[in-house]
Amino acid sequence: MKQEKQNSSAAVPIMDAEAIRRALRRIAHEIIEGNPAPDKVVLAGIPSRGVEIAQRVAAFIREIEEIDIETGIIDVAMHRDDVGMRPELPVVHASKLPAPLEERTVIIVDDVLFTGRTARAAMDAINSFGRPTRIQLAVLIDRGHRELPIRPDYVGKNLPTATRQQIQVRLQETDNEADAVWLERQG
Amino acid sequence: MTTRWTRKDLLGLRELSADQINFVLETADAFKEVGTRQIKKVPALRGKTLVNFFVEPSTRTRTSFELAAFRLSADVINISASDSSLTKGETLKDTARNLEALHADILVLRHGSAGAPQFLASRLKASVINAGDGAHEHPTQALLDLYTIRERRGKIDGLHVAIIGDILFSRVARSNIFGLLKLGARVTLVGPSTLVPREFEKLGVEISYKIDDVLPKVDVVNLLRIQHERQRREYFPGLGEYTRLFGLTKERAKLLKPDCLIMHPGPINRGVEIDSDVADGVQSVILDQVTNGLAVRMAVLFLCGGISTE
Repeated sequence: MKQEKQNSSAAVPIMDAEAIRRALRRIAHEIIEGNPAPDKVVLAGIPSRGVEIAQRVAAFIREIEEIDIETGIIDVAMHRDDVGMRPELPVVHASKLPAPLEERTVIIVDDVLFTGRTARAAMDAINSFGRPTRIQLAVLIDRGHRELPIRPDYVGKNLPTATRQQIQVRLQETDNEADAVWLERQG
Repeated sequence: MTTRWTRKDLLGLRELSADQINFVLETADAFKEVGTRQIKKVPALRGKTLVNFFVEPSTRTRTSFELAAFRLSADVINISASDSSLTKGETLKDTARNLEALHADILVLRHGSAGAPQFLASRLKASVINAGDGAHEHPTQALLDLYTIRERRGKIDGLHVAIIGDILFSRVARSNIFGLLKLGARVTLVGPSTLVPREFEKLGVEISYKIDDVLPKVDVVNLLRIQHERQRREYFPGLGEYTRLFGLTKERAKLLKPDCLIMHPGPINRGVEIDSDVADGVQSVILDQVTNGLAVRMAVLFLCGGISTE
């Protein structure tokens, strides 16, 4: 496996492709266990890696239970709490969720859970599409340091970090690099 | 493609790169989706104050900006020429400074003089959005035209667009010319020689005075309104004469390719630049333009009003 990472000698490998695969497969099992009616579940990924992770989890559920789980996209840019505080803005993607959301469980899917502000914005966005029965949260990495009362329902890996450190998730489909999670120390 | 937006103002399309124009169009895709939600409102500009400052009269552009601002949760004040202090002799700069003293965050300005938005943008901390300045530019109209073409045809690069009518007095034409050329379209201007001077060729467009030669070749026709109010001399003999020579009549519309789009920035003069049946026909995307205008203006307000100006 390729272990070098350009421009960061201080990067430590945390997960390789196999570890990511096992973690997402376990999350798929947990989602099936926790949802007796999986046809009511929607996996809503946050662009761009959350969307890819949602697709992969849906594929595992298909493999394990032979059911097709609906997936969607939930972009949080319009619902963030720091608008007007940033000197530049990234592109906003269109959100896509099935309608109606009533009687359904929406599982927000993201790569890294940090302060919880993105998850809060995602919940706000989902509510503008309707009123789901339940909203849950699935993440590949929980790195701690929450600033809001939010906790994940499904976690690939708990990783205690310092705030100065950065987590880099790389996925083949979104980054054109081998699947991996790296921990980097900033400056 | 650019991945970041860093401008506080939108003054015209001449100053934007193709990447930046595409960035706005992509952002507008996301805001068009908001219009399909159960709750068609997002908190993106909550707590921001937008001033619609229309020194020239306008209903549709002002309403479109107003609704766009509401959907972004901004607070809106409308000021028109008649109730502004401009009529009492206050200068534009003083009026604007007063608006800033009220902590306005975004100023949407329509003004009869070319360059008025530029003048204010360089003096104010607030974002300035040009909603039409004289015969100079009307960037959000051109962006919504580009958006509508891209939505219907999947691209702009390589398409041939005819802009027909009063080009000389039209800010819509100028902004469209800049935007279309940057995104790779071919542009032909059509109209009476008094309203389509040869000087426009310097911008990189073609000019024709024979509408019947142009119609069969193009992928989009954009019909401009005859701006009676902006013309001080007689540039053509009369409206009847104009319709006979350049109006998109039912007969002429038969010359168009079956997939040619018919656009008009409104308000339409039915029976003058376009026949009623053609305006309501299957090739017409005039109402799509109105819907898309909302999404495009939400995108522009979100981008320019959403960045930090500290």
